[in-house]
Amino acid sequence: MNVTFTLQDQTSRTVEAEPGWKLMEVAVDNAIPGIDGDCGGEAACATCHVYVAPEWRDATGERTDLEQAMLASTFGVRENSRLSCQIETSEELDGLSVEVVGS
Amino acid sequence: MTPASVVIVGAGAGGAQAAASLRQGGFEGSISLVHGEPGLPYQRPPLSKAYLLGRLEARKLLLRQEHWYAKQRVDLVLDRAVAIDRAGHQVHLAGGSSLSYDHLILATGSRNRELPVPGAHLDGVIGMRTRADADELAGRIREGVEVVVAGAGFIGLEFAAVAAAHGAAVHVLELADRPMARAVSEPTAQFIRRAHEEWGVRFDFGQALTAIDGEGRVTGVETGDGRRLPADLVVYGIGVVPDTVLAEEAGLAIENGIRVDDRLLTSDPDISAIGDAASFPSAHTGGRVRLESVQNAVDQARHVAARLMGASIGYDALPWFWSDQGDLKIQIAGLAEVTDSAVEVAVPEPRATCVLRYRGDRLVAVETVNRPGDHVLARRILAGTGGPSPEEASAPSFDLTRWHEAYGLAPTG
Repeated sequence: MNVTFTLQDQTSRTVEAEPGWKLMEVAVDNAIPGIDGDCGGEAACATCHVYVAPEWRDATGERTDLEQAMLASTFGVRENSRLSCQIETSEELDGLSVEVVGS
Repeated sequence: MTPASVVIVGAGAGGAQAAASLRQGGFEGSISLVHGEPGLPYQRPPLSKAYLLGRLEARKLLLRQEHWYAKQRVDLVLDRAVAIDRAGHQVHLAGGSSLSYDHLILATGSRNRELPVPGAHLDGVIGMRTRADADELAGRIREGVEVVVAGAGFIGLEFAAVAAAHGAAVHVLELADRPMARAVSEPTAQFIRRAHEEWGVRFDFGQALTAIDGEGRVTGVETGDGRRLPADLVVYGIGVVPDTVLAEEAGLAIENGIRVDDRLLTSDPDISAIGDAASFPSAHTGGRVRLESVQNAVDQARHVAARLMGASIGYDALPWFWSDQGDLKIQIAGLAEVTDSAVEVAVPEPRATCVLRYRGDRLVAVETVNRPGDHVLARRILAGTGGPSPEEASAPSFDLTRWHEAYGLAPTG
């Protein structure tokens, strides 16, 4: 499956992802700038903030409670904000497109 | 001038991040990352949490997957650095070869302070530090096992929570009068203690472990007040010591760690030091500090990478910490000292707390349990200018979010 990250400079990068990994892990392994995942994916640091493209919002599901609480205070949060460590990749998400917010 | 070759010694969170940030910043020279442990570089924080609970498979413990190193042109050197030749700009490895550097980054980390008591060598006495330690512990934690934990710091308590969840009988010995005494205020410490007691963890504060008994393998421990506690397993987390041997032998300045300036340069301008091993002048306390945290390691790594690519600002990232214990998510923003005062904020949830730390009238840190929103906000407030006064925070209706909405300065960036 593929995922496309739109970077802060508005260029895009499409990378291959193996289903079952967190979106944050996919980003870190592909050196996507602006997604750091400092806490290792525990929704503890908010360094993996992304905007999910509108057409992918349903497929990526709802924010978790913890994620919701972190995002509520995070700068630049929008309706389609997610912490990418809380999105697990799957074949259903092939073609997923997100924008990197950066911290 | 940007160096042509960078050698990074130590492939923990900081070392790996330094390599990643150099490439993200457009560095085109060679990067060698020296890793002295078996296997690919891995994350340490989950070792005493999700990994130990069996909730994280081994490959997800890795800091980067194997293909990353080749793609990012990071030469992962599976060997141990044994000496630095500063004049010749070389790092000598245990295997006999050497690496040449224009710039060297020491990310050597820290190692466990060993238990200074008789019997510490017995089978079943384990300090939680490496993946090998965690693998060994995971095989020994079972229902009914008697576990003595020496030290009620982050690692000791994370382990205690996991062991209790597995049905082990857990007894924690701590020299101080409360848990996490160096890291959090009295109210937060007591909140954490109560949670552990609910999980069945027993505490003895103000109590030393004086000896470990057993023949071949551990059977019990002796305490400072002369008691003997049965033990099948002794896990210790009594602090760490910075790994400064390489730096010291190379003649670099040492001061509670490898001494660096506000740009994270050692006394040799061609050598930087980051993470657990480095003591640096803190923009937040005004004094020299050495911090043991992922945030500190990775933010310092980013700083050094940016500097090598031409940036020239001092290091001033806000420190933050986290710990997962049972259902408690403990987060600390900022850096408090033991003498700083504490204002406990009333929160509606029973299993949550928020404590503001003050030096005089200045907010210096915020400790939260299960209040992740407060934590994120606290990081923004502490990185900016001005926070709520102790008087404001003491009001019964005080809420950090409402305060920020009403008085917080709009963040920039």
